[in-house]
Amino acid sequence: MKKKNNILKKIANKAYEFGFVSKIKTDIIESGLSEETVRLISQKKNEPEWMLEFRLQAYRHWLTLEMPQWAHLDIPPIDYQAISYYADPLKKNKDNKNKEIDPELMKTFEKLGIPLEERLALSGTAVDAVMDSVSVKTTFKEELKEKGIIFSSMGEAIQEHPELVRQYLGTVVNYRDNFFAALNTAVFSDGSFVYIPKGVRCPRELSTYFRINAANTGQFERTLIIADDDSYVSYLEGCTAPMRDENQLHAAIVEIVVNENAEVKYSTVQNWYPGDAEGKGGVYNFVTKRGDCRGNNSKLSWTQVETGSAITWKYPSCILRGDNSQGEFYSVALTNNYQQADTGTKMIHLGKNTKSTIISKGISAGKSQNSYRGLVRVSKNADNARNYSQCDSLLLGDKCGAHTFPYMDIHNNSAIVEHEATTSKISEDQLFYCNQRGIGTEEAIGLIVNGYAREVLNKLPMEFAVEAQKLLSVSLEGAVG
Amino acid sequence: MENLLEIKNLHATIDGKEILKGINLTIKAGEVHAIMGPNGSGKSTLSNVLVGHPAYTVTEGEVIYKGKNLLELSPEDRSHEGLFLSFQYPVEIPGVSITNFMRAAINAKREYLKQEPMSAGDFLKLMREKRALVNLDSKLANRSVNEGFSGGEKKRNEIFQMAMLEPTLSILDETDSGLDIDALRIVAEGVNKLKRPDTSSIVITHYQRLLDYIKPDIVHVLYNGRIVMTAGPELVQELEVRGYDWIKNENQ
Amino acid sequence: MMGNEQEYIELFGQNREIIDSACAALLNSKRQDAFERFKATGFPTRKDEAWRNTPIAKQFGIDYGMNLKRAEADVNAATIFHCDVPNLKSHRVYIVNDSYSQAEGYSRELPQGVILGSLNAIAASHPTLLEKYYNRLAANGDSIAQFNTMFAQDGVVLYVPRNTVVEETIQIVSLIQANVEMLLNRRILVILEENSKANILLCDHSSQEKQSLSTLVTEVFVGTGASLNIYDIEETANSNTRVATMLVDQAADSHFNHCCVTLTNGFTRNSISVALNGRGADTSINGLAIGDKTQHIDNHTLVDHNVADCTSSELYKYILDESSTGVFAGKMHIHPGAQRTVSQQTNRNLCLTTCAHMYAQPQLEIYADDVKCSHGSTVGQLDESALFYMQQRGIPADEARHLLMYAFAGEVIENIDIVPLKERLHILIEKRFRGELGKCKGCNLCK
Repeated sequence: MKKKNNILKKIANKAYEFGFVSKIKTDIIESGLSEETVRLISQKKNEPEWMLEFRLQAYRHWLTLEMPQWAHLDIPPIDYQAISYYADPLKKNKDNKNKEIDPELMKTFEKLGIPLEERLALSGTAVDAVMDSVSVKTTFKEELKEKGIIFSSMGEAIQEHPELVRQYLGTVVNYRDNFFAALNTAVFSDGSFVYIPKGVRCPRELSTYFRINAANTGQFERTLIIADDDSYVSYLEGCTAPMRDENQLHAAIVEIVVNENAEVKYSTVQNWYPGDAEGKGGVYNFVTKRGDCRGNNSKLSWTQVETGSAITWKYPSCILRGDNSQGEFYSVALTNNYQQADTGTKMIHLGKNTKSTIISKGISAGKSQNSYRGLVRVSKNADNARNYSQCDSLLLGDKCGAHTFPYMDIHNNSAIVEHEATTSKISEDQLFYCNQRGIGTEEAIGLIVNGYAREVLNKLPMEFAVEAQKLLSVSLEGAVG
Repeated sequence: MENLLEIKNLHATIDGKEILKGINLTIKAGEVHAIMGPNGSGKSTLSNVLVGHPAYTVTEGEVIYKGKNLLELSPEDRSHEGLFLSFQYPVEIPGVSITNFMRAAINAKREYLKQEPMSAGDFLKLMREKRALVNLDSKLANRSVNEGFSGGEKKRNEIFQMAMLEPTLSILDETDSGLDIDALRIVAEGVNKLKRPDTSSIVITHYQRLLDYIKPDIVHVLYNGRIVMTAGPELVQELEVRGYDWIKNENQ
Repeated sequence: MMGNEQEYIELFGQNREIIDSACAALLNSKRQDAFERFKATGFPTRKDEAWRNTPIAKQFGIDYGMNLKRAEADVNAATIFHCDVPNLKSHRVYIVNDSYSQAEGYSRELPQGVILGSLNAIAASHPTLLEKYYNRLAANGDSIAQFNTMFAQDGVVLYVPRNTVVEETIQIVSLIQANVEMLLNRRILVILEENSKANILLCDHSSQEKQSLSTLVTEVFVGTGASLNIYDIEETANSNTRVATMLVDQAADSHFNHCCVTLTNGFTRNSISVALNGRGADTSINGLAIGDKTQHIDNHTLVDHNVADCTSSELYKYILDESSTGVFAGKMHIHPGAQRTVSQQTNRNLCLTTCAHMYAQPQLEIYADDVKCSHGSTVGQLDESALFYMQQRGIPADEARHLLMYAFAGEVIENIDIVPLKERLHILIEKRFRGELGKCKGCNLCK
C-alpha cells in the first residue's frame, strides 16, 4: 500500500493551463445586486419592457429564497453584494453602437484554442464566444442562416427574434425552479440562442465557448436551444477561467426544447478554474440545465466532462413528455485537491414508452468530494418506461470521498428501472503491469482513468473527445498524496 | 392416419410486423417433420405462435390440433393437450427449483385431465426415472430452473421436462444450437427414446447436424414467412451442399 | 416546528410525575435530555430527507390513549397468542401493549448469568448494568427515538454474559390488546458480552380494529466475538402504525444478522442503524415487505463502517400490490480509514398494480479507497418470459405468478438460520400470496 502512494506522490503538480488573465479594457458595473442592478443590465442590453419585467419578477422571487443546502457540498457563504453582475470586454464607439473586438480579445481566444476567424475554424464547428457577460463573436452565422438556422448570442436574439425568445424562454426552467435559476433569470447577461427549423439537420457542430476574465464578476449566461420537428443539432460547450485567489460565481441556465422526432446532443467540457492545490480560489459552478422532450419520438442526450470548478452543483435533466421520447446522460466528473462536485441528472418519465439511460463515472482524487445525485421518476401515466442507470466511482487515494445518491420514484407498474453502482480504485497490480510493459506510472494512471471513462468519452464529438482525454490526465496530475 | 395438426393459411405479426405470411402444414400422428430455413425466415415465430406466445398476433388463418381450434386455447391448456416447445433460449427462473416447477406442471396437467394429484413418492420416482433418460445430474434438479446452467444443461433440462410431460406433439426449436457433439447426441438420443407411434415432432433447425440423429419423415423449407418447398429426407443433404441462396433466388 | 408535537410536549410536562412514579430511577433519568432534544426538532417533516416519503407527523395526530399510570391489562398473553412456530423451542416473554408480561408455562431454564425480563424491573434491580447501556445509542437517535425515551416505561432486557451460548431462541411477543385508540412506547435492550451467542425472534402482533401507534426502540450491543441473530416478524393490522428504530453497536469480530419481515401491517417505518466499531465485524441486514391495500412500508437502513476490515451485506425486497407504498433507503457510510471494507447492498422491488408506489434510494458515502462497495436497485414486474415458459409447461398463469413471487421472496427467507422459523415463514408467505392469512376471523394468525 505504502509503496503505491509513494509512487503516486512523486507526480508533479501541473498548473492549470488556462489560468492566464487577459489585459482587456472591460466595462464593469459596480458590485451589488438590487432592483437597480437588474434595471441597469436590462438597459445596457437595450431590452424590451417584457424582458425587464421577466427579470424583475425573478429578482423579487429570489429575495424570498435561501441557498439550497441539500447537496453533499460545503459551500462557504457567498456575499451576493460583493459581486459585479455585468462585465463587457467590448470597446464602444462614441455613438455607443458597433462594438469592436479588441485585438487582445482575439488573442485570448486564440490562446484558448478557439479561433474566431472563420478561416481558422475547427472543421465543421460554428462558435459563439462569450467572455464575462457578453457574446464576443458568433462565427458562420451567415452560412447557417441560409438553412433557416438561428445561431446567435442571446442578447441579439432578444433584439432580432423576440417572438421566439418570448415563446420559449423560461418554459423549461422556470425562475421559481430554484435559488440559482431565480438569480440567473434576474441578472443573466448573455449566452447562446439556437433555433433549428422543422426538418433541418444542422450541418455544423454548434459550439459556445465561455470565459470568465474580469475579476470579482459573476457569469450568468443563459442558453436556449429549440429543435423544431424532425430536426437535429449537436451542441458543444466549453468553459475556462483565469487563476484568481478569490472565488468566481457562475450560475447559468440552459433550456432545451425538443419537438417531435427531433434530436439534440448537448456536450460540455467544463474546465473552469478549480482553485489551487490548497483549495484557494476557483469557480463556483451552480448550473441548471434541463431539456424538455415535448414531441413524440424526441431525443435528448447530455454528455458532460466535468474537471474544473471549485464547487459544482449541476444536474442536466430530461423531461420525457412526448411518447417514445428518450433521454440520455453520460457523465465523467473528476475532482482533485479540494474540489467538490455534486452532479447527476433527473429523468422525469411522463410519456408512454419513454426510455432513459444514465452512465455516470466519478473520479475522486486528492482531498476532493465527488457525489452522484440522480432522480428517476416514472409518473402514473408513463406506461412501459425503461431506465438503466450505472454509476461508478473510482477513488485515487484515501483522503477523498465518492458518494452515490440515486432516487427512484416509481408510480407505474409497467416500469422497469435498474440502478447499479460500484466503487473501485486503481490497483497496484494494474500499475505494476503497466510499469513492467514500460509505461510510467503517471501515464498508466492516465491510461487507466481514460479507459474507465471511455464509455462516456466515446459519446463526445471527435475534437472534444481528444481534448477531454488530455484534460483528464492533466487534471489528475499530483492526484494522490 | 389421422391429422394431428393442421395449419391453414396462418398469418402472424409481432409489433405490427408480419412475419408469417400464409403457412400451410399438416402433420399426422407418428410423423417427424423438419422445418429448415435461413435466419429470420419465421421458424421461431411459427413455434411461438403454435404455443400461444402473447407477443405474437395471429391475423389470419386457423390451426386445428386434435380436432380443436388451437388458437382459442390458453398457453397452459395447449400444454395440457400435449403440445410441448423446447425453447431455443430457455429462460432462467431464479428461486424456483426444478422439482417444485415440475410438480406444479404435472399436477396442473393432472387437474386438467381430472386426475388426482401425484403423490410425493410417485413424483420423485418419476423424476429419477426421467432424469436418467437424459443423464441430468441429480444436483441440477435441486437448482433453480435453468439458472446458471450451461447451454448443454439447459437443452438437456428441456428434454427432461419433455420426458416428464409426455407430449403428443413436441416442437424442438433449434435444440442443436450451442451444443457440442456429445451434448447433441445425448439430447437427440433422449428425444428418440421418447418417440412413440402416436406422437409427432417438429424439428426446427438451421443445419443438418441434428437431423443425422433425429430422422425426419418430411422436410420443409421456410422462407420469408412461407413454406416454399416440401420434400423427403433427401432434401436435407441437398440443402447442406447447396446452402439456402438458391432457394432465396428462386423466391425473390 | 409545527403540528402535533405541541400536544405531546404539554402532555409530557403535565404528566411527568405520573410517568416517573411508575418507573425505575434510571429510566426517569434519561427523560429530560430526550425531552429537550425532542422539543428542539419536533416530529420529522417531509422536508427531512429521511422522511421524504413517509409522512409520520400526521400519524401522531390521532387522539390516542397512553397508559401512563400503568394500569394492568386484564389478559393472559399466553392464552390470546395461540399461534406458534411449530418445533421451535423458545424462551418466551410478552409485551402486552407496552407492559412486560411473564407468560406462564414458557419459561425454560436459562444458562447461568443470563438475564431476561422486564426493563423496568431490571433497571431497578441492576442499575449499574443498565446505566452502562440504556439509552447509550438512542441518545443520539432521531426525534422519534427521543419521543420513545421520554415516554418509555417498560420493555424487555436480555443480557448474556461472556462466553455464554443461549441455545434456545428468545422469543419476544408484542401484542396489542385494548378497546380504545392506543399509543404504545416499547423498549428493548439487548447486551451480548464477548464471545456469547443468542437468537432473538420478535413477533409483533395485532388484530386490533382500533387505531394504534407503537414506537419501539431496540438498542443492541454485540460484544467482541459475539454472535446475534434478530428476526423481526410483523403481523399487525391495517389500523396499526409502527415506528421501530433499531440501533446496533458491534465490537471486533462480532456477527450480527437481522431479518425483518413485514407480512401484514398498516403504516410501518423501520429504521435500522448498525455501527461497525471493531475490526473484523460482520453484519447482514435483510428485509422482506409484502404490501397490499393501502399499506405503507418503509425500511431505512444505515451501516456505518467506522473501522477497517469489516463486511456488510444487505438484501431488501418488496412486493407491492393494490395501492400499497414501499420506501427503501439504504446508506452504506464508509468512514475515513475504514480500509478493506467489503459492503454490498441489493434492493429489488416488484410492483404488481398501477396504483402501487415504490421509492428506492440506495446510497453510498465513501471516504476510503481500498474498498469493495456496490449497490443495485431495481423496480419491475414479474418476468414475462418466465411466466410464459411456465405456462408452456402447463402451469396456469395465476399459479405461475405465485411461484415466481414465492421464489422472489424466498431469497430473503434463506438468510434465516433457525430452520423451524424458516419453514414457518415459507408457509406464511405462501398463504399471504393466496390471500389466506386474513381468513381466520378473530385471529389472523394461523395454526
